[in-house]
Amino acid sequence: MDLASAQVIGAGIAAIGVGAAGIGVGLVFGNFLQGALRNPAAAGGQTGTLYIGFACAELLGLMAFAVAMIILYAR
Amino acid sequence: MAAGAKIDPMHQFMIAPIGSDQLTATPFQFTNSALWMLIVLAVIFVFMWGGMKRQLVPGRWQAAVELLTGFIDNISTQSIGPEGRKYMPWVFTAFVFILTSNWLGALPFGIVPAAHPFTVTSQFTVTGAMSIISFAIVLGVGFWKHGLRFFGLFVPHGTPLPLKFVVAPIEFVSFMVRPFSLGLRPFIAMFAGHILLDVFGNFVVQGLNAGGAMGYGVSLLTFVFAVFVGALELLVGAIQAFVFALLTALYINDAVNLH
Repeated sequence: MDLASAQVIGAGIAAIGVGAAGIGVGLVFGNFLQGALRNPAAAGGQTGTLYIGFACAELLGLMAFAVAMIILYAR
Repeated sequence: MAAGAKIDPMHQFMIAPIGSDQLTATPFQFTNSALWMLIVLAVIFVFMWGGMKRQLVPGRWQAAVELLTGFIDNISTQSIGPEGRKYMPWVFTAFVFILTSNWLGALPFGIVPAAHPFTVTSQFTVTGAMSIISFAIVLGVGFWKHGLRFFGLFVPHGTPLPLKFVVAPIEFVSFMVRPFSLGLRPFIAMFAGHILLDVFGNFVVQGLNAGGAMGYGVSLLTFVFAVFVGALELLVGAIQAFVFALLTALYINDAVNLH
């Protein structure tokens, strides 16, 4: 296998992490909505916590994307 | 598949002096990054200056500025407490600078040849420098207020003694990773979004070049999708600015109140 095709395959595999982060972000927002609909009065004060959880989950997906880009364009 | 030009989504992030195509060895150059930083600064300045009227009944512009400052004031006082007002200037600066450069960088001026907007925050040097400033504020405030007791940050209250030896290194590592994760987040979000937009834009053009029902169909579909991704990009830009401000406030809270 030459380097170029190995790079493309590796970048594709690295991009799986983005989908995993999608699952994480979905869990964060879904669970927040579940809690918020049960107790709407308390939901407003928790948006900060929501976005922190979102940011933590999102960061890993973005890192996977960055790794894919580095693999794809490293020379 | 048409033998179109190879898609090169990295070209848009290239820093080069105005009117030239590559960086030469001279250390001081007026680059596109510097130009767009100045533009961002000018936009922020005009917006804030237009709103600082101190009228009792605010007009529309003043109301917009007051909404923005009130929002940041809310973040810093809610997460830091009554002392939060003191740290608001940096939180406000970071939020407004990241938000404005994210949004100005997403302007669709790329069609005009020499006026491609440059997203300042798509370079890790910029966001990394901002996160280092945040981290320096945390360290400075922590050691100034608490002295060496600031190291107690690594040992949460009520930890049993054997666990302390395990928890302290973990807390230390998570503390030291903060500046990286803080700076990496807005940078990669902008980087990824702009690559996505560039790739979709290339698909539109290549579809049009290929022609035929298939080419035009693909072109139309990706155009619609690119518009939605562009809207999402604005949302992501706002969220990332908000997250940077919120996390900065939370980290400063750790240093001020020490658990």
